[in-house]
Amino acid sequence: MTTPVGHQQTQVDPATEAVGVEDKPWQTVVWNDPVNLMSYVTYVFQKLFGYSRDKATELMLDVHHKGKAIVSSGSKEKVEGDVAKLHAAGLWATMQHP
Amino acid sequence: MNPWRRKGNTILGDMDRHESAVLRGLVAQIEDILRARAAEAPQDELAELTGIRTGASTAPEDPILSRLLPDFHRLGDDASAKELDSAAALRSLHEPELLDQKSGVAALVLRTCPENGGRVRLSLEQAESWLSALNDVRLALGTALDVTEDMPEELPEDDPRAPHLGVYHWLTWMQESLVHAIAGDDL
Repeated sequence: MTTPVGHQQTQVDPATEAVGVEDKPWQTVVWNDPVNLMSYVTYVFQKLFGYSRDKATELMLDVHHKGKAIVSSGSKEKVEGDVAKLHAAGLWATMQHP
Repeated sequence: MNPWRRKGNTILGDMDRHESAVLRGLVAQIEDILRARAAEAPQDELAELTGIRTGASTAPEDPILSRLLPDFHRLGDDASAKELDSAAALRSLHEPELLDQKSGVAALVLRTCPENGGRVRLSLEQAESWLSALNDVRLALGTALDVTEDMPEELPEDDPRAPHLGVYHWLTWMQESLVHAIAGDDL
């Protein structure tokens, strides 16, 4: 599901390229919250990312037990789009660049 | 209300008059606060010319709206200027569409949920919109009631939140049932 890093070259900000972080993908993080249902969160991960039920359940349990999970990664544009879709579904998602 | 059922590619539910009135009332409230937020978006000539809309760049102060429209970055007290700038830019870029999506699913529920109760018949796509709309209502109510993960079935009678908690739990049950019906799970 992630965009190959090689495809991002044209989008890399020269300022960050200079310090050699261009190869690090952005990450989509989903945070635990007390309202969202475990079944619904699993469903959203399957629906939005095409993950298997097992993989979606595993990520949901990470969110639930560890407080957060990285659910996708890739170019800034891809992750930005993923966060926007998760927001539309009502999940608490953010993006980060490690 | 009985659990939602799936028949082929149709999702069926039945709501009584009271349930329908409660749900429609809550969804309409969400629609109102989203519309009010959209009306606050900055207007500029460039946006009118290009069709690229610009939303607000700062998070809503209202905790309910703020939960429905989260920031794109986790902004702690130690957030850098760069992160704050990026979050503001991403919000103004994406918020108009997010408001449209949330208003759209709310409007769909109001169109498909009979005013006086009765049979609700949904395509899978419509049922997915219901899921998002129900989730938005639960997020709003959950924020207003300050719910926790281990919220009890009932609160002490003197708790001012007690009368509303039943509605929250009912919506939770309804959403859970709808997730399973869409997935085709046997319950």
